[in-house]
Amino acid sequence: MEKGWVGMGLESHLGDNILTTTLSTMVNWARKSSLWPMPFGLACCAIEMMAVVAPRYDLARFGAEVFRFSPRQSDLMIVAGTLTYKMASVARKIYDQMPEPKWVIAMGACAISGGVYNTYSVVQGLDEVMPVDVYVPGCPPRPEALIHAIMEIQKKIEKESL
Amino acid sequence: MDNEAIATFIKTRFPEEIVASHILRNELTLIVKKEHIADVARFLKENKELEFNFLSDLCGVDRIATDGVFEVVYHLYSIHKNHRVRIKALVPSEEPSIPTVTDVWKTANWHERETYDMFGITFDGHPDLRKILTPDDFEGHPLRKDYPLDGRQPAKLRDIYRKGEA
Repeated sequence: MEKGWVGMGLESHLGDNILTTTLSTMVNWARKSSLWPMPFGLACCAIEMMAVVAPRYDLARFGAEVFRFSPRQSDLMIVAGTLTYKMASVARKIYDQMPEPKWVIAMGACAISGGVYNTYSVVQGLDEVMPVDVYVPGCPPRPEALIHAIMEIQKKIEKESL
Repeated sequence: MDNEAIATFIKTRFPEEIVASHILRNELTLIVKKEHIADVARFLKENKELEFNFLSDLCGVDRIATDGVFEVVYHLYSIHKNHRVRIKALVPSEEPSIPTVTDVWKTANWHERETYDMFGITFDGHPDLRKILTPDDFEGHPLRKDYPLDGRQPAKLRDIYRKGEA
């Protein structure tokens, strides 16, 4: 049984068919259990991101398998790969088009900090362009690392209030 | 044709225009005067013995520090004859320019735009010589050796996208 669903007080009078909880617990539970990611694949990290949705790693186990290619239908942006200056405005536009509430994962060394690309064309960290909730290190990160990041997002959602 | 035969054949046809030639690791390189690059290119493509119908690459080299020049390099391949040649032309560092080869190989169009974008070499007669890779507001030519490696424009995007955020 989920944390926050307490079977006492009022519930003891209502029988086994009715549970009481708080509104934010209920909403957060719904949000974290069906994250709809917006894939923003920019480099080799995107291949690992695809592996996460494929049967071997099966992101459906965490309720986040519905990759939407429209920002209007997404609430989790996964920026996977090297963000260049030319792509930065596009990334920000996609982020702005996503409805609230929304979360962002910066996947891989390049998205975190520019990685090895200390050059004129590469943005030195996704957080120069948008707020980032979880950073996934690795080059590229293993699929397990991305799953871990999504679970961290879920933990973060649990703690939010309406 | 082998490399020696190709070199002799081209040099016989263009004794003035070919400045030098050498073969290194079984690869033939010809140095051409830049004014004649379009004539030589058309001959290489249309001659039935050579038939270099594929321009596999066109790029620039910054040799200003050592020789005071830019170099424009053409890699040619003949799909029918299965032979290759590399053409180089030296371009002065001040207001560098060279005739276009877009009317010989159409694929030169974007290659020349890239070389223009990266080195600032202009290709005279190009139908649409615009930047192709760098952002529209980008100033300078980043593959020149005097362009700083971390010459980001602007240095921090945070000032644009995250202004006013905590």
